[in-house]
Amino acid sequence: MKANYGYLDGSGEYFITIDTDLCIECTHRACVEACPEGMFEIITDDYDDEVAAIKEEHRKKVKYDCGACKPTTDRPPLPCVVACPPGAITHSW
Amino acid sequence: MTTATKEYWRWKEYNWHDENIDPKGAETITAGVDIGSVSSQAVVMVNGQLYAYSNMRTGSDSPDSARNAMNWALEDTGLTLDDIHYTVGTGYGRVNVPFANRAITEIACHARGGNSMYGPTVRTILDMGGQDCKAIHCDEKGKVTNFLMNDKCAAGTGRGMEVFADLLNVSIEDVGDMSLDVDEEPEPVSSTCVVFAKSEASSLLREGWSTKRVLAAYCSAMAHRVVSLLERIGVEKDFAITGGIAKNSGVVTRLEKELGLVSLKSKYDTQIAGGLGAALFAKALVEKQRQKGG
Repeated sequence: MKANYGYLDGSGEYFITIDTDLCIECTHRACVEACPEGMFEIITDDYDDEVAAIKEEHRKKVKYDCGACKPTTDRPPLPCVVACPPGAITHSW
Repeated sequence: MTTATKEYWRWKEYNWHDENIDPKGAETITAGVDIGSVSSQAVVMVNGQLYAYSNMRTGSDSPDSARNAMNWALEDTGLTLDDIHYTVGTGYGRVNVPFANRAITEIACHARGGNSMYGPTVRTILDMGGQDCKAIHCDEKGKVTNFLMNDKCAAGTGRGMEVFADLLNVSIEDVGDMSLDVDEEPEPVSSTCVVFAKSEASSLLREGWSTKRVLAAYCSAMAHRVVSLLERIGVEKDFAITGGIAKNSGVVTRLEKELGLVSLKSKYDTQIAGGLGAALFAKALVEKQRQKGG
């Protein structure tokens, strides 16, 4: 399942997508520690799978909470993406 | 001095039960309670068949709304809450359903309910709810494969439509048909914010636009907004719309035109999709529990 967390507003589309089919295979769950804002958590989803998700309190402000990892120039690789060996995490912006 | 004012936004609340089903002694009676931001539904299934449901406005207290919806669904059925073997709560108030055995997100429940209402061929479900909009992809079993939810603002939601019904003094149930009664399709109003859209509509009325034309502009804006949401996950046939806005022909017709697809229709009320999905989850969960000897 591709779980999209974020929103679409007048300024653009801001979604963090977690592919839970890939995430479920991961034993490290390093994304939780890698995010400097602590946006990730491990949940048991509706189908009883343990997967990563974006915490509820960050879902409506991902554009701002991810801001520090996304400078306008010389953007380094995103820590959450680097920390995810299966490549389950993608950002739409 | 008091003035009686009509509440144009108010939609019809009702309950229903199938008199051809006798629930007494049934092996499995399950329920799904969907506490949405604007409306609440309780759905009761007897041995996997839809038996009763209620559809009412959500009050300020979610546990009370859950109790009221369930009591109304069970009215005149001879059943009480004690007769229900398993209940799943869903919707934004799902964790506040005091008698629920489990809470499941409305995304999973709409996919499961949509699969039941529209058949296993449905792949894309658009739930246009009271204060959010969800685009869901599911497989042939009604399991979610991709989803996206937009609840950041009221544009493209039922509450936004209620604001317009009130502004234009048009009953919410007439908005869709009236919006289609225009000679020429106007440009849509702002699709990013209900407050901006409302002030834009007020300006258009002052310019002499007819009520029908303003409604057409708003329904068009709403359709346009949800299309961009759907495009992010990709629209795949068969496509269905659930939630209250699915009853608005003005939005549905324009949405179908933009997508180049005709949405599937169901004999069931589109507002019960989440509650129906929750009741189906409840059935699967109680059967699993029984297999384990619980």
